[in-house]
Amino acid sequence: MNEMSYKVLPGPEGFLPPAAASMGIELPEVGEALVEGGVVSAQQGLEKIVEKLISAKNPVFFPGPLILWNWKDGVAEKAAALKELAEAVGAKIIPMPDYRPKYPMINPAIEVNPNHPNLTIWHNKIDVCVFIGVHCHYANVALKIIRGGTSCYTIAFCGEVGHEDAMISLRGAGLSELKKLTELVKKRKGEVKGD
Amino acid sequence: MIEQKVVNPEFLFFTAEKKKLFMTGSEAVREAIRKANVDVAISYPITPQSESMHLVGDLFAEGYVKEYFRGENEFAVMSSVAGAAMAGVRVFTATGGPGTLRAFEVFPTWAGARLPIVCAFMTRGVNSPLTIQPDTIEMAYLLETGILMLHAETAQDLHDMILKAFIVAEKTDVHVPVGVFADGFFVTHTKEALEIPEPDIKLPSYDPNNSPVPPMDMESVPVRQMRDPFVMKSNFISYAAHASWQQEVDAARERSRKYLEKYLGGLLETENEDADVLLVTSGTAVCQSREAMAAARAQGLSVGLVKLKCIRPFPAQEIKALAAKAKAIIVPEFNRVGWLAKEIKSVIDEPGKVIGAPRVYGGMTMPPELILDEIRRVSR
Repeated sequence: MNEMSYKVLPGPEGFLPPAAASMGIELPEVGEALVEGGVVSAQQGLEKIVEKLISAKNPVFFPGPLILWNWKDGVAEKAAALKELAEAVGAKIIPMPDYRPKYPMINPAIEVNPNHPNLTIWHNKIDVCVFIGVHCHYANVALKIIRGGTSCYTIAFCGEVGHEDAMISLRGAGLSELKKLTELVKKRKGEVKGD
Repeated sequence: MIEQKVVNPEFLFFTAEKKKLFMTGSEAVREAIRKANVDVAISYPITPQSESMHLVGDLFAEGYVKEYFRGENEFAVMSSVAGAAMAGVRVFTATGGPGTLRAFEVFPTWAGARLPIVCAFMTRGVNSPLTIQPDTIEMAYLLETGILMLHAETAQDLHDMILKAFIVAEKTDVHVPVGVFADGFFVTHTKEALEIPEPDIKLPSYDPNNSPVPPMDMESVPVRQMRDPFVMKSNFISYAAHASWQQEVDAARERSRKYLEKYLGGLLETENEDADVLLVTSGTAVCQSREAMAAARAQGLSVGLVKLKCIRPFPAQEIKALAAKAKAIIVPEFNRVGWLAKEIKSVIDEPGKVIGAPRVYGGMTMPPELILDEIRRVSR
């Protein structure tokens, strides 16, 4: 495939999909987000996330160690905001508590692991997942595996600089973005009900 | 020790007032590390690198480096700096030639563990009978280890690249090691005038909280991975995790391009880039090429120069674009195998256009006349 035409879309993409960064996809700058490999404004990124979450059959949040453990000021507030968002969406939360390879295997009903995230997605029939609080390296490793072997739509809510391998990625995202998402979800759900 | 003020990297690189000093490449390493806010430096001597880490040891004695010791060999040094980097501190070391090869297994593990280590490689021949002479062959071996590779032409480059390497290496989306290469003796042991900032400023310290991997503990990878690894499992899940992991290291190198553009002013530099014949090279071969270009142009020949500052990531698109306009590309090198010519041929799909010559090795210098001969030959 031509590098310039590469899009980050739900799979299954194949046996070994490439890293999006190696196909010419670049991370967003401040105030921007990535949607399927293309740069949009951060606001458009938020709206696209809301659209995907509320239209999903089984959306699931995958919180990682950076938000599961109260390791620095502000994390507990973010975790509470995430819980509120998940409740507003009507989404489950399946944690990625650490990155250890576990044998003989993880219990995919209750946790997700970056080395074989596809097991959790297949087991729970997840059609949209959101990574949040996962260290960037492990998020990227997992996002490629998901794109390779599943049809799950991936969203990465990143406190650093974002993820090319997710279908939607925010950068520098924190408490205010979580709250904004919750408001947008509630508003959109109200509109849908009103219709 | 002079009291130092922390300044932002852009100020230190581009705005700070600079003083002209006459020094060797080894002393330039010392001056870079003086301002790099390094936590741990670990050394092991090998010619032509020994003096640089000796001088870093002097910095420890003066208080500019927080911890410094000598390892028992290069493998131990590279493993020890890996441990320090996993623990979340800024580390520096240097080696060269046989030292590089003795430690070789560790370099891909640095990259795989996403460790932002900066290592200076003072290149030297690797062969039997033993040589201590300059040669860039070790760079051929390091091309696919996952580390970023910068190649200094001068002691000024070496000083600047080491400082900038820390900042690029520590970006969350990059976070892989950087090797700063300088041709042994030609750069390390000769003196030149450098313009360097005053020693009363230094880089901000490394913040491991922005790392793309958690700091080391016995319950998280890479350490946990090493004692209960998926490397030991023969199943598709294990293979997929490894493959994705390796792709992510390559992706990290790709992401470094924008930072290298910003801090180095591009992955390459050109002089007379519209010429019919381009000399494309790196390291001190750039100096000889510049001399040859000047002589050729004085004779009315159309010759330009492309100085590659970065070998990994490789400036493939930039070289392709430049080569499209040129009739011939000459690649002078200080090694037997011609690894740079091979790299350039891999991106230029025109048989016969890239000339992998002249090459010198085993410690030989490269008279500009050798390059001039090639220019005359292709200009006929």
